[in-house]
Amino acid sequence: MSDLLKFDLLSASIALKNKEFSSLELTNAYFEAIEQTSALGAYLEIVKDRSMDMAKASDKNIKNGTARPLEGLPIGVKDMFCTKDVKTTASSKILENFCPTYESTVTQNLWDDGAVMLGKLSCDEFAMGSSNETAAKGNVVNPWLKNSKMSPGGSSGGSASAVAARSALAATGTDTGGSIRQPAAFCGITGFKPTYGRCSRWGIVAFSSSLDQAGPLTRTVSDAALMLNSMASYDKKDSTSANLEMPDLMNYLDKGIRGKKIGIPKEYTQDGISEDIVLFYEKSINWLKDSGAEIVPVSLPHTKYALPVYYIIAPAEASSNLARYDGVRYGKRNEAASLDEMYEITRGNGFGEEVKRRIMIGTYVLSSGYYDAYYLKAQKVRRLIKEDFDNVFEEVDYILTPSTPTTSFELGKKQDPLTMYLNDIFTVPASLAGLPGISLPVGLDKSGLPIGIQLIANSFDEPGLISTARVLERSAEFNFIADGAAK
Amino acid sequence: MNESINLKPGQINGEKGIWEMVIGLEIHAQISSKSKLFSGASASFGAEANSNVSLVDAAMPGMLPVINEFCVEQAVKTGLALNAKINNVSIFDRKNYFYADLPQGYQISQFTKPIVGEGEIIIDLDDGLQTTVGIERLHLEQDAGKSLHDQHPSKSYIDLNRTGVALMEIVSKPDIRSPQEAGAYVKKIRSILRYVGACDGNMEEGSLRADCNVSVRKSGEEFGTRCEIKNLNSVRFIIQAIQSEAERQVEILEEGGKINQETRLFDTSTGETRSMRSKEDAHDYRYFPDPDLLPLEFSDSWVQKIRETLPELPDSLKKRLVTDFGITPYDASILVEEKDYVDFYQKAANGKDGKLTANWMITELFGALKKENISLSNSPISPENLGQLIALISDGTISGKIAKDVFAEMMISKKSPSDIVKEKGLEQVSDDTEILKLIDKVISENEDKIKDYLGGKDKLFGFFVGQVMKLSQGKANPGIVNKLLKEKLK
Repeated sequence: MSDLLKFDLLSASIALKNKEFSSLELTNAYFEAIEQTSALGAYLEIVKDRSMDMAKASDKNIKNGTARPLEGLPIGVKDMFCTKDVKTTASSKILENFCPTYESTVTQNLWDDGAVMLGKLSCDEFAMGSSNETAAKGNVVNPWLKNSKMSPGGSSGGSASAVAARSALAATGTDTGGSIRQPAAFCGITGFKPTYGRCSRWGIVAFSSSLDQAGPLTRTVSDAALMLNSMASYDKKDSTSANLEMPDLMNYLDKGIRGKKIGIPKEYTQDGISEDIVLFYEKSINWLKDSGAEIVPVSLPHTKYALPVYYIIAPAEASSNLARYDGVRYGKRNEAASLDEMYEITRGNGFGEEVKRRIMIGTYVLSSGYYDAYYLKAQKVRRLIKEDFDNVFEEVDYILTPSTPTTSFELGKKQDPLTMYLNDIFTVPASLAGLPGISLPVGLDKSGLPIGIQLIANSFDEPGLISTARVLERSAEFNFIADGAAK
Repeated sequence: MNESINLKPGQINGEKGIWEMVIGLEIHAQISSKSKLFSGASASFGAEANSNVSLVDAAMPGMLPVINEFCVEQAVKTGLALNAKINNVSIFDRKNYFYADLPQGYQISQFTKPIVGEGEIIIDLDDGLQTTVGIERLHLEQDAGKSLHDQHPSKSYIDLNRTGVALMEIVSKPDIRSPQEAGAYVKKIRSILRYVGACDGNMEEGSLRADCNVSVRKSGEEFGTRCEIKNLNSVRFIIQAIQSEAERQVEILEEGGKINQETRLFDTSTGETRSMRSKEDAHDYRYFPDPDLLPLEFSDSWVQKIRETLPELPDSLKKRLVTDFGITPYDASILVEEKDYVDFYQKAANGKDGKLTANWMITELFGALKKENISLSNSPISPENLGQLIALISDGTISGKIAKDVFAEMMISKKSPSDIVKEKGLEQVSDDTEILKLIDKVISENEDKIKDYLGGKDKLFGFFVGQVMKLSQGKANPGIVNKLLKEKLK
């Protein structure tokens, strides 16, 4: 049975179509894996009955020769996606019993393409965090160095941990400032944040509307292409969704990068990056060069402002987006004598520390008298950051950076919020510019923790990004499996 | 204090001189749209509580607003009708505050870049004069829900049917100087909205509400501190509230006090305003552009297309009625108040005496409809029939007096005036021989009075005319009766 876990999304899809095994067998294998790795705490909710029904239906389709692109493939869903009749909490106490009557566009797309839902995956509360420690039900554990209790990263920590631990064939994530790419890097898997607008935000619990974007967390670049093919769609229900056809990414897996120009921004190799990461960054540069790419030093001068800008814009939008969790219509309510008191108690108890911190930051930067100095200025700098990228993409095709300044860190070692925010220093700029970015594992550091490298492309160049990432993936030959993975 | 001075409307004669009012209005007009501004839910009035609520309206997690393009078109149409600048790029902002009937925790509105900029309209005053009022802006926004505080001893109930309904806020410049002008302004805006079809203007159902900003000053001085009276839903209340608020302010200022900038409510039972919240308690709404919505962008050619769909508007119609039908500007301004009126009038007056038609429509028809509480659209008298009645009067078939009887009959039976005249034999008698017979009869029956008349009692002439008319059952042509009687009694 455990042999089934060795198949990745693409190879499992082929094996299912060749009837080497059934979706029901595969799905069962994953439920065993979920049980085996339950100590990692990746799953908040499993939906076994539903999974079995979906798997059976898939087997029928395969038998009838009407298999869809993701037919019979069991995947996990980050708890930020609203799933019909399945509890959706955004890892927050304030939504602890919330059960949507609707399905997010992205997950609906996946089910429409035949995927089988395993359950809901933990994340940082409302996707605010970089260690998965802000989840109301407690942190998720990284399956790497399982005895050391390392962080899976965040906010898509449950998704990354489950894919790395092989308790999900693939998973959905959301990325606001690095929430797909950073946990993917920490857990030795591939995480792909597409261009802002590629995936509909309809039905995804909003954190920061101008930054939130869904994407896949997978074992390989091919898997990411296969998943994103299904996740992406133009959606009239999301006014910011892009009315632009995405080419079939599976056609771009083996295009190579001969003659392409790869930009190496000087601002991304600063003090504070771990030596091992620098080493693998250099290796990656050479791999791409050896594969026929031209390496071009570039500059993104406003990079240093990206993190401060992000920590103004994202909390500002969050402070407003989270106002709806007020105990009036759904979610948890603490009764009180007056409306104001009810708000105070409900929101005071319902939100965790980090969420409250960001609501307060956001409220502050939008307040009259501070708006111009913070929010408005941040928006101006955001435009400058975008212009940096626009300029660089006139010279080069892709940008290569480390995904994170460090590899995973131990859970429970209380870090101050500012240090925690630095985790996203390499992922935030592309988020602010709305650009697609992919993190893939290229090696292990001295302690045996995965190292992620990020490739950034121009808007809507997901196909080229897949081609380039595949080249890097092949060169890196990252074949390690987490010691905490299901066997 | 000089008792003999003539105060203009909007002036207050205080202990210490004459004060003048400065008034600006914010009108909230509900757009006549089947669905809400950002959701597909129905915007109809009077549905069962919480039955017109979509997932978006209830602000469920992950729900996103999508702009209703019909509402955008209505705002642009209105803007054009207000002679205002249409902004080719406008932005939706979030106005953040907590309240139980505001599910999102913010109202989507337009703050820094509204869809419509400055414009102006001409308003008609009762004395036949006109004045111009500037429009500051018009923006689109969502309505909030309704809190019901009187349904339960300790809890409030919330009805979200109104949540997300599309409103236009039309902000005037502080150009208004009297409560009467304010009333005329609201009427004019209402009329324009109804002409373009953007809002039904129904103040009772809350489709049109006004916030009034009022301050007072001595003529020529700087603007004083203003107070805002919220949520007035009739022209009468607007006039009363402004008058009472201005008087309150004058009293405070004359006693050496200061006006606190605040929001006030008008109590319809006392006819006075009372404080709702002061400026210090005002919310910090933390406006910022709504990241869920793209800016609204229009091309000039699109705006031009909308412009071409506009109907003829009251000001232009009024001019045309005066020129084409020869009626007074005052009558014309009454007839253009509602599109219904003009349409009716133009049909009725077609090829008839325009002035006479206007008189009959405004005095007789409006009077009768008002008495019966019937709207013009349900009038038992069709424009064609009114026109026919005018024609019968003009060509001498019936007298004005008989016409009134015919009109009364038309109100009841809905019959055409010519049918009524025929059925009842009401045609005017203008034949000399017929009338002479009647005259002879009157003379033979009143020999005494004839003597008196011939002896110098001239006043009796009227009596004889009356007798002849009476004998003819009102049908004799009074002009001819007069003429023949004079000849006979020479």
